Amino acid sequence: MSTTIDLAGGETLELHDFDVVVIGAGGAGLRAAVEAKQRGLRTALVCKSLLGKAHTVMAEGGAAAAMGNVWPEDNWQVHFRDTMRGGKMLNNWRMAQLHAQESPDRIYELERWGALFDRTKDGRILQRDFGGHRYARLAHVGDRTGLELIRTLQQRAVALGLEVFMECKVLRLLKDSTGQVSAAVGYWRPTGGFVAFTAKAFVLATGGVGKAWKYTSNSWESTGDGHAMALWAGADMIDMECVQFHPTGMVWPLSVRGILVTEGVRGDGGVLRNSEGRRFMFDYIPAMFAAETADTEAEADRWYDDHINNRRPPELLPRDEVARSINAEVKAGRGSPHGGVFLDIASRRSADYIRRRLPSMYHQFKELAGVDITQEPMEVGPTCHYIMGGVRVDADTAATTVPGLFAAGEVAGGMHGSNRLGGNSLSDLLVFGRRAGMAAADFAEGRVGQPGFDEAEARQVVADALAPFSREDGENPYEVHHALQETMQSLVGIIRTESELRQALDELATLEERASHVAVRGGRAYNPGWNLATDLPSMLAVSQLVTRGAIERRESRGGHTRDDYPKADPELGKVNMVQRLDERGQWVLTPEPLPQMPPELAALFDEGASTSANGAATDGKAGAATAGDGRDGQPREGQQSTQTTEEGR
Amino acid sequence: MGDVTMRIWRGDQNGGQFVDYTVPEVEGEVVLDVVHRIQAGPAPDLACRWNCKAGKCGSCSAEINGKPRLMCMTRMDQLPTEEPIVLAPMRTFPIIRDLVTDVSFNYVMARQLPPLKPRDPEPDGTYRMQQVDVERGQEFRKCIECFLCQDVCHVIRDHEENKPHYAGPRFFIRYMELESHPLDTNDRRELLRQRMGIGLCNITKCCTEVCPEGIKITDNAIIPLKERVVDGAYDPIAWLGRKILRRTKRSAREVAADAPAAYAPTSEDLGERRAVPETAGRA
Repeated sequence: MSTTIDLAGGETLELHDFDVVVIGAGGAGLRAAVEAKQRGLRTALVCKSLLGKAHTVMAEGGAAAAMGNVWPEDNWQVHFRDTMRGGKMLNNWRMAQLHAQESPDRIYELERWGALFDRTKDGRILQRDFGGHRYARLAHVGDRTGLELIRTLQQRAVALGLEVFMECKVLRLLKDSTGQVSAAVGYWRPTGGFVAFTAKAFVLATGGVGKAWKYTSNSWESTGDGHAMALWAGADMIDMECVQFHPTGMVWPLSVRGILVTEGVRGDGGVLRNSEGRRFMFDYIPAMFAAETADTEAEADRWYDDHINNRRPPELLPRDEVARSINAEVKAGRGSPHGGVFLDIASRRSADYIRRRLPSMYHQFKELAGVDITQEPMEVGPTCHYIMGGVRVDADTAATTVPGLFAAGEVAGGMHGSNRLGGNSLSDLLVFGRRAGMAAADFAEGRVGQPGFDEAEARQVVADALAPFSREDGENPYEVHHALQETMQSLVGIIRTESELRQALDELATLEERASHVAVRGGRAYNPGWNLATDLPSMLAVSQLVTRGAIERRESRGGHTRDDYPKADPELGKVNMVQRLDERGQWVLTPEPLPQMPPELAALFDEGASTSANGAATDGKAGAATAGDGRDGQPREGQQSTQTTEEGR
Repeated sequence: MGDVTMRIWRGDQNGGQFVDYTVPEVEGEVVLDVVHRIQAGPAPDLACRWNCKAGKCGSCSAEINGKPRLMCMTRMDQLPTEEPIVLAPMRTFPIIRDLVTDVSFNYVMARQLPPLKPRDPEPDGTYRMQQVDVERGQEFRKCIECFLCQDVCHVIRDHEENKPHYAGPRFFIRYMELESHPLDTNDRRELLRQRMGIGLCNITKCCTEVCPEGIKITDNAIIPLKERVVDGAYDPIAWLGRKILRRTKRSAREVAADAPAAYAPTSEDLGERRAVPETAGRA
């Protein structure tokens, strides 16, 4: 039951009270809410879109979990090691450990709730290969795993009778006099009316930030609302400079620029070519991967059938390497007509094979680009895909540094270090969504007194949100958004350099000024111009965080590449870039040491260490592995699987 | 390239009208791109839902030149541009504003569904299922909940009074998915017959035609469901059997006990939008 309070000027604020409020209804938010609800707490799930539309539905490949269904050799230690190496060791070791240990249970749990994963021949959950994972490890449903995951959780939430508040944009978190987060103020998009949720604990699960860039695989919702709300509430943020640009997004037609083209195209035999028809990736093999990467086309092509005696094609280098190489080719004038490069699988695999292995890619190009990928090459280029950095959380509880506030999924930082492996996102949000739900429930049960908030603060939030309506001739918010996207794309993109980052900071200051003068017209009910105006402050805050972090991390590591500091700096590899706003609202950035891994885990990374009883070391040429998706579902016995970590350094 | 005119319905519950917007044609665009350009220019307050822009989330459903389609998957170069392109909201659902409709009917229907009740797992705590058996349900789980099938279904499109007791194609495939789920132990046939209106569908296949995921809604879900329901309800030998033998299947009442909330939607549920119970969201 809701009540209302009157604010000044005839404005009312609808009130709802719960034990736990989860903001964001992607995988992490749904899983957190399900957990709190199962514990019997009064739980609400608040989301900006309709239920079931969150960005999680876009995930294709699968959820990484060391179940060992295809390769019995797999175990959590191997998964842990792959994840840490993929993240260039910047990960929070404890998160990576919990993630690797608990993912299998989270997948089996989905099955009990109705998920229908693809099967092995003996009826278990089938697992597929992906970059950086030594063994075939991704539980999947064709190439629509994200949809399966979100629908399963959605149906579980419905079965539990969870209260879901849809199409509600949360603007700010408010604290009570003890400094604990106590309320979230937002508005209903359909009506424009304001609402406050009070609760004893809040979980942020708001996803990513990609909409600050021009070319992104992210949906309109990815405006960094949770990152910004945590920052404004006084939370620590870590490693915000670590943003993943996926090497292969669509580039043409313009309208679809940035939409993801799965890594699976290259895994299944696709190659990258420039305008001269050259497989240019052979020109970009870095020294540290030379031992495990083929240096002739002939050897690379043999790898697909014989991993034991051949090295991996350079197209399967880590995502950051491939993205940088594409960037360099385009800059050198050897790009495709629309500013990308060619991804060619048509000349290398039969039409039947392509349609069977990559049905959604076939459909996507056919429908949106008019390109038949079984007949002609695709045009692809890097696209802003995922932020590894985020709100600093305690590994076990997902607690942020602000009491009463928890964070899980993409909005939380630490799990993926400086570079995320494909497949680790879906399992991340299950593992830490659940943990955030549990910890929030614990916190709510232990919290004394009724959470309250200062009405004056709520009035201010409402007044700020409504301000664009009262400006007569301000700028259109769409123009400010487009300018922000241009700035972030050109100055804080895939390759960064100090002078450009400083220029970006100047431009962001100007954009902040412009954003404070935007005007919107029309009514409040379902007004996208106004909705965008209220998203701008989050996007600007996140852009600041990324830019400031990028200036201070004077090295290249994972998703963060500095032209002026092209190498990884071992000292910087030991620190998180921690940012916060101090009491006066000033930006503070301090490098702080990473949590120290215990010796038994550190030993997994010793030179030549075997990470499982049967797994062998990662010495390039001996790499046997796992090209196929294991559709046959048979453990490949007798093969030593020693695929080197694709993303590993 | 020349100009293109979009004739877009603007208004709310109180009424509205079509407004023409003429913008330059741009190569390779889909309908949603043009809507976005209109928002960024002449009509920043033009309301439409969208998320993924790649046919995966099912948010941007509308009626384009009278046909229910996803705006993100309808290419402009496949529409005739001599005439204005008519863009209207889904007709079956109440208008919120412009192209945005109140689809909470569907969320109410989702709540009426008794969830999966899995059988016991194998001794190791996990399940074994064969690929061929999961594929049946997987077809229905491709559904992106765009609700175009609900929109086009004349049982509710033209008959508001049917809404309280008609689940519609989207939920018939959900029933079929659960009916064919290798782990499920519930029997929902009586529920389908008595409360979900499976009998009202007269198999015109409109839903199948508009499904952007190509799910064979009628052939693979509705018709088999009708057969199952009829088998259970009207087979004289089965009827006699039920009279004589002890029932082994769980009854509709028992199954309904698994449903989380109010079992049957009331007309109040389905009427005024603000009266929709909180679980159904605020849309």
